[in-house]
Amino acid sequence: MRTFDEMFEVIRSACGNGSPTVDENTTPKGVKVPPGDILAVMRALLFDESMFFDSLSCVTGIDNGPGDGTMEVAYNLYSIPYNHHLMIKVTLSRDNPVIESVSHLWRTADWFEREIFDMFGIIFLNHPDLRRILMPADWDGHPLRKDYKQQEYYRDIKVAY
Amino acid sequence: MAAEKVQYKYNPDNLTRSVPGKLNPAALRSEEMIVNLGPQHPSTHGVLRLEVLMEGEIVKEVVPHIGYLHRCFEKHAENLPYNQVIPFVDRLDYVASMNNEHAYAMGVERMLGIENQLPKRVEYIRVLVSELNRIASHFIAVGTYGMDIGAFTPFFWLMRDREHILRLLEWASGARLLYNYIWIGGLFYDIPVGFEDRCREFVNYIHPKLEELQTVLLDNKIFIQRTANVGVLPLELAINCGVTGPMLRGSGLRYDLRRVDGYSVYPEIDFDVPIGKGAMGQLGDCWDRTHVRVLEIHESLKIITQCLDKLTMEHKRTRDFDPQAFLPKKIRPKAQDLYVRAEIPKGELGFFFRSDGKTDIPFRCKCRSCSFVNLSVLPELAKGILLADLIAIIGSIDVVMGEVDR
Repeated sequence: MRTFDEMFEVIRSACGNGSPTVDENTTPKGVKVPPGDILAVMRALLFDESMFFDSLSCVTGIDNGPGDGTMEVAYNLYSIPYNHHLMIKVTLSRDNPVIESVSHLWRTADWFEREIFDMFGIIFLNHPDLRRILMPADWDGHPLRKDYKQQEYYRDIKVAY
Repeated sequence: MAAEKVQYKYNPDNLTRSVPGKLNPAALRSEEMIVNLGPQHPSTHGVLRLEVLMEGEIVKEVVPHIGYLHRCFEKHAENLPYNQVIPFVDRLDYVASMNNEHAYAMGVERMLGIENQLPKRVEYIRVLVSELNRIASHFIAVGTYGMDIGAFTPFFWLMRDREHILRLLEWASGARLLYNYIWIGGLFYDIPVGFEDRCREFVNYIHPKLEELQTVLLDNKIFIQRTANVGVLPLELAINCGVTGPMLRGSGLRYDLRRVDGYSVYPEIDFDVPIGKGAMGQLGDCWDRTHVRVLEIHESLKIITQCLDKLTMEHKRTRDFDPQAFLPKKIRPKAQDLYVRAEIPKGELGFFFRSDGKTDIPFRCKCRSCSFVNLSVLPELAKGILLADLIAIIGSIDVVMGEVDR
């Protein structure tokens, strides 16, 4: 078992490009990590034997809207043997949302990341198969972005009903 | 008013442009072929399309294509107040709506900080209806699974018994499948007078029927031959792929969120968490998964009996009990991110909420659906097997496409 502060120490030592911050407003407790360090942090969390976050429960994209100009990706991690839980958050710029994929660490991230790419247009580098998953491949735009406007016609069928 | 003319120009490329196949037919060797299963195929349990690369009768690769039932749940949720999302939540896993509602309501209550202030009677009724619905969902899973691989009779028997549950829930909530019964901070109604007695009658009725089910389906030699040693899911792969629910427990890990997280009144209730033991073949095969579901029905009956005891003794119906008494007047959580998870019949259902603290509408509401994640393990399981076994594996995953596509 490790306390949150000890986990935060491990995350801090894994970060090379900046320093992580504790996010107070989340349940479970969250840490904001610089986007460049996400792979190093995740690797530390997964392979450190005293934490062993073996279960990636959920990966979420969040669009903060054009006013704010940022997007976020939130990872919810659980450790089955120790019953730890942690939320890791990454803030990306809205103009160029690119982040490393974690799908080679947890295979469950594969479809989650495809869904985030589909809905938000966030690009996951080194993802094995980054295609749209829920929407048709020739659909325009990313529906869960806050400024999304649906196309008027899809295949000569009116989209609005 | 004349109906607007639908102007759809037929174009042979339309299908390949909207859902292009991943496999390349031009690169096939002479002994290989691509078989397309679905989207409209009874054994795919809904609108699931599988692109299967085969060599003779051996499956070499499976590529699932999903999204045919996509209804923009998350987009809808971003445009509606918290309490009006509940009918949409019902439609995620439409054979276990009560469990979905329970998870969602719990998440919003946790954000509001009223989770532990609800009357015990409300919590026990929630657990009672959730467990009834869990049994109904497992009946569908086991029944249709038997039908997938050729056993028709158990399906009819289980549909007949499921009807009793649906009538009970209809009596309580007014709807057969999509209930809108569990509200944020309470319930729509108290359970009707006489409900407890009818539930007990049902529990007494169902025990011998489950023994029949065991004999006719699970111990059936043909069923064992079709499922034992088929679709073996090793535990490490299961955890790495995020598999939860009876699939994970079928692989031998005693991990049930009702026990691990201990939400609602589950800590006060005595029940076991059944796991697969590899009784008929290797650990984590299709037979183990089905057997875990059947054992869970027995455990749910235990939980129901204990809830009924509490609801007729300690927390019995009183004249002034109002299940809507604790409904918040205004659902406006303070700004926060919250991830909540709960055990529904298929696995871990999670909701990620972001509330901005200014409106009654969630800023972001993500549904982590267990069928979606469980289905993603299919390409791993379906390597080097026969096509007939692929059907057996899809059935044992127990997907509900309404939840996969959301």
